[in-house]
Amino acid sequence: MKILVCISKTPDTTSKVSFKDNNTKFEEAGVQWIINPYDEWYALVKAIELKEKDTSIQLHLITVGGADCDPVIRKALALGGDEATRINATSDDSYYIATQIAEIAKQVNYDLVLTGKETIDYNSSSVGGMLAELLNLPYISLAVKLELNNSAAIVTREIEGGEETDEVSTPVVVSCQKGVAEQRIPNMRGIMAARTKPLKVVEPVVIDALTSILNYELPPPKAGVQLIAADNMQELVRLLHEEAKVI
Amino acid sequence: MVLIYVDHSDSEIKKSSYEVLSYGAAVAQQLGVLAEALILGTVKDDLSTLGNYGVSKVHQVSNETLNNLDAQLYAKVIAEAVTSLNAEIIIFSHNQTGKAVAPRVSARLKAGLVSGAVALPDIANGFVVKKNVFSGKAFANVNIKSAIKIISLNPNSFQVKKAGEVATFEQLDIKIDDPKVKIVSVNKVIGEVPLTEAEIVVSGGRGLKGPENWKIVEDLAHVLHAATACSRPVADSGWRPHHEHVGQTGIQIAPNLYIAIGISGAIQHLAGVNRSKTIVVINKDAEAPFFKAADYGVVGDAFEIVPKLTEEIKKMKG
Ligand SMILES: Cc1cc2nc3c(=O)[nH]c(=O)nc-3n(C[C@H](O)[C@H](O)[C@H](O)COP(=O)(O)OP(=O)(O)OC[C@H]3O[C@@H](n4cnc5c(N)ncnc54)[C@H](O)[C@@H]3O)c2cc1C
Ligand SMILES: Nc1ncnc2c1ncn2[C@@H]1O[C@H](COP(=O)(O)O)[C@@H](O)[C@H]1O
Repeated sequence: MKILVCISKTPDTTSKVSFKDNNTKFEEAGVQWIINPYDEWYALVKAIELKEKDTSIQLHLITVGGADCDPVIRKALALGGDEATRINATSDDSYYIATQIAEIAKQVNYDLVLTGKETIDYNSSSVGGMLAELLNLPYISLAVKLELNNSAAIVTREIEGGEETDEVSTPVVVSCQKGVAEQRIPNMRGIMAARTKPLKVVEPVVIDALTSILNYELPPPKAGVQLIAADNMQELVRLLHEEAKVI
Repeated sequence: MVLIYVDHSDSEIKKSSYEVLSYGAAVAQQLGVLAEALILGTVKDDLSTLGNYGVSKVHQVSNETLNNLDAQLYAKVIAEAVTSLNAEIIIFSHNQTGKAVAPRVSARLKAGLVSGAVALPDIANGFVVKKNVFSGKAFANVNIKSAIKIISLNPNSFQVKKAGEVATFEQLDIKIDDPKVKIVSVNKVIGEVPLTEAEIVVSGGRGLKGPENWKIVEDLAHVLHAATACSRPVADSGWRPHHEHVGQTGIQIAPNLYIAIGISGAIQHLAGVNRSKTIVVINKDAEAPFFKAADYGVVGDAFEIVPKLTEEIKKMKG
């Protein structure tokens, strides 16, 4: 059995978000880069858990990005995984990214392809679904639980106001979120082993992006908090009703 | 033509569908084209009333197989409808269904997708859609370059507007493959307002000390017809179910009113709630970072304040 986990690099959750070059580029100075939390904590750790149960599983990692992604993908290898591929291209277009991953995935016939539910920078929730379509595979998004039972995947996914459990034959693409696995920290042995694991760099196929980011905006600053005395909830209710008009 | 995908569950049209209908109708008006709706599966509502939200025609593929989401099947049917109806713009809600289906339709039709849109497109130069990025900390203006364009609209980002027309209705005859996804079970919390659809959310943090104290949160939520939410450590400690956890790694919400009780306001928590229109913070520590992101703040003990607030709201509502 072969599993592919899609890994993306994102700014650390506490990073200050600001822009440069006339608001057309994200200001990377001083930013710490991490594995996108959904990819690491849920997709990758789930794949590692599955491999721990069945050591015959081959676990491959893939990322689309420049050489600056190498430390992040090495960290992912340190957590677990047998080998990684980096497709040497940077893009903010989900379709471009999904197409690049699909080109590689097609050559291997993975039984399970895992992504995070979204990247915490672009928040698109798109790459997994696009990849599934390009590979002509079923897709379960927003998984909170995932188990394999021979050639079937039993996946519980988020729905409005609850959860739904689905059964689907592999191969399948699943996007993962909280609940799928428990976060873990790489150990020294993993970190040492990651240094010698293969990290293949391949060039992208030539395709056009379907979208492009023109520029960014920061939300207008809040006017500042209006404090209400703890013994005057009547005033808070009045403000919410008459001023904010939300109740 | 602008084609709006109308989502439903348990044979009822979702609230987010009325938002996308109103949004799609506004996009059509901008472009001087028609707005039409597409619905897969069956519902009990009278579909001609969707005209009230600005669409002139409703297309239905009324096969009951389509009452259950199979993203692969849906994408095929929607793409076929788009092609046969010659739609140029497709609108989804960026809800659970939209997140599963819109990217597939995009890849299938090579139609550029902006997901999580928060405003109408700017069509002065190209087709530029503003979307949410960096988990609510910024917006990006994204140009769609393909001939067919897809937008998925963030829930609670566009005001529902009634336009007062009756729509014509048409069955679409599209061949359906066998679904590959089989539903084993559904576990819905009956009677609660779904968090991502809620207009008001009352949320509790570690300041509430333990699960036995959640009654004051629930009582407040009840009088406001609000959904309940919580911070991550609260869900991690098992005080509240995981599906209530909001924030960077939880659910992202944008209600009209978010009331945070005993939550410090860590940056990862704010990332899930900072798009709320109005934020009320109740915290005993005047230095809690959440006050910087709040519109209204009350410094004091939640155990005293929250029941009083609930009482005052009851009084106001008579
Ligand atoms: C990568 C990463 C991702 C994360 N993702 C999330 C996420 O998605 N969501 C999330 O919530 N957190 C997330 N966190 C955790 C986050 O950093 C905070 O630790 C967490 O939000 C704190 O929860 P809290 O505010 O409930 O608890 P605390 O920080 O302990 O705050 C409790 C608050 O209650 C107040 N209080 C105490 N007693 C009372 C009282 N009687 N009345 C009124 N107020 C009282 C205190 O003054 C304090 O401000 C993440 C962290 C990391 C590193
Ligand atoms: N550049 C990338 N390389 C590899 N995987 C990616 C990349 N971008 C996104 N993904 C995967 O797709 C998921 C959804 O990303 P997005 O559609 O950008 O929200 C992420 O959680 C990753 O698993």
